Amino acid sequence: MLFANDHAEETVAIPRAASDKAYALGKALRGKTVTAHEVTDAHWVTRMSAIAQDQDRKAFAELFRHFAPRVKGFLMKSGADESLAEECMQDVMATLWHKAHMYDPSRASVATWIFTIARNRKIDLLRRYARPEPEDLPWGPEQAPDQADVIALQQDTGRLAHAIAKLPAKQRELIQHAYFGDLSHSEIAVETGLPLGTIKSRIRLALERLRHSMT
Amino acid sequence: MQTTDQMTEIKHHAPDDILMGYATGALPRAFDLVIASHVSLCDDARARLEAFEAIGGAVLEDLDQVALAEDSLDQTLAKISGLETPDRPIVMPGTFPMPLRDAVGGDEQAVRWRYIGRGVKQCVLYSDENGTARLLKIPAGRSMPEHSHNGTEMTLVLKGAFRDEDGVFARGDIEVADTNVSHQPVAEPGEDCICLVATDARLKFQGLLPRIAQPFLGI
Repeated sequence: MLFANDHAEETVAIPRAASDKAYALGKALRGKTVTAHEVTDAHWVTRMSAIAQDQDRKAFAELFRHFAPRVKGFLMKSGADESLAEECMQDVMATLWHKAHMYDPSRASVATWIFTIARNRKIDLLRRYARPEPEDLPWGPEQAPDQADVIALQQDTGRLAHAIAKLPAKQRELIQHAYFGDLSHSEIAVETGLPLGTIKSRIRLALERLRHSMT
Repeated sequence: MQTTDQMTEIKHHAPDDILMGYATGALPRAFDLVIASHVSLCDDARARLEAFEAIGGAVLEDLDQVALAEDSLDQTLAKISGLETPDRPIVMPGTFPMPLRDAVGGDEQAVRWRYIGRGVKQCVLYSDENGTARLLKIPAGRSMPEHSHNGTEMTLVLKGAFRDEDGVFARGDIEVADTNVSHQPVAEPGEDCICLVATDARLKFQGLLPRIAQPFLGI
């Protein structure tokens, strides 16, 4: 149980995907009590793996229908006009296709991963230079990440979304503005009161596992 | 536990507000370079950064949907067809992490150093109204010119180590100093210390000579 009084919590059939063999998330979650949020998060993970492994255009179209309107909205909230946002969103979604094999579901939800692509693309466009990015890890989830890690991370992400939704409106708006890029770093309050510690620990663990599997 | 040299005992970490600033895209370019480099060297910083990015994911997921262009998906599919899938990068071992190598145009050997006095060398990587990023090379056992800051200064150690009031800083360690801190880091003996330093305002050197030289050196 994630939240004692979570109205979204119910047993839901996981949509069976054609190519979810790699992560077998649906199988791992089936029969358990999960939140609707987790079901969709897990579903998007299977869509990503369908793209990475089978270049599945149907899976891409599904992700596109869900995320493209949000990415465009994010870009417009961040100050891009409608046509720039549309163009930039298309670049973001094209990058999702090309980098699908780099996506690691034991470290980020699909929404989080897309956010980072959109943020980077936005900064590159607005500032007219390529923002310095941390080097990509030289190894990744190709060997299929630990199932328990993936499920735990997606659950933590769901918990975080829930905690944001429960924040007082003012604080929630402040966080949104920070992530739209409206605040300078000196205006950003770090004391979000959000459950970030568990997510950090999960990601740390996933990184450790990846490093060990390579040595 | 960790066997790679990258992961050895980083003791001084980037503060949360800076990592969150990086996650939201609020930092000036010079700080972005320091954080991107630090995160490349420190799994703990990477995990903390990615946790802050998870907030961004939740914000994105929660956004109202905006109408797309009519042929949006087709246009995107057309973009996809023309591009190659990038391979996972092969990182060659070296002193500088990749984002810094990109800024320098190579690893340590590619740096075009200039003497700024007392054996200290520097190389300005970029400088604009929002800040300056530069490499400093301090000879083993020697001190940096004493200076204070108008704004924030971030220092990432890449080679060797230095010591100041806050302790010893070695490869991967990051020091963030705020307004009005006056300090004089000293390179530890044994090896020249190479640091990446970003400031969001000009440094003020206290010594007479460096103060005169400052306008010409652009630091």
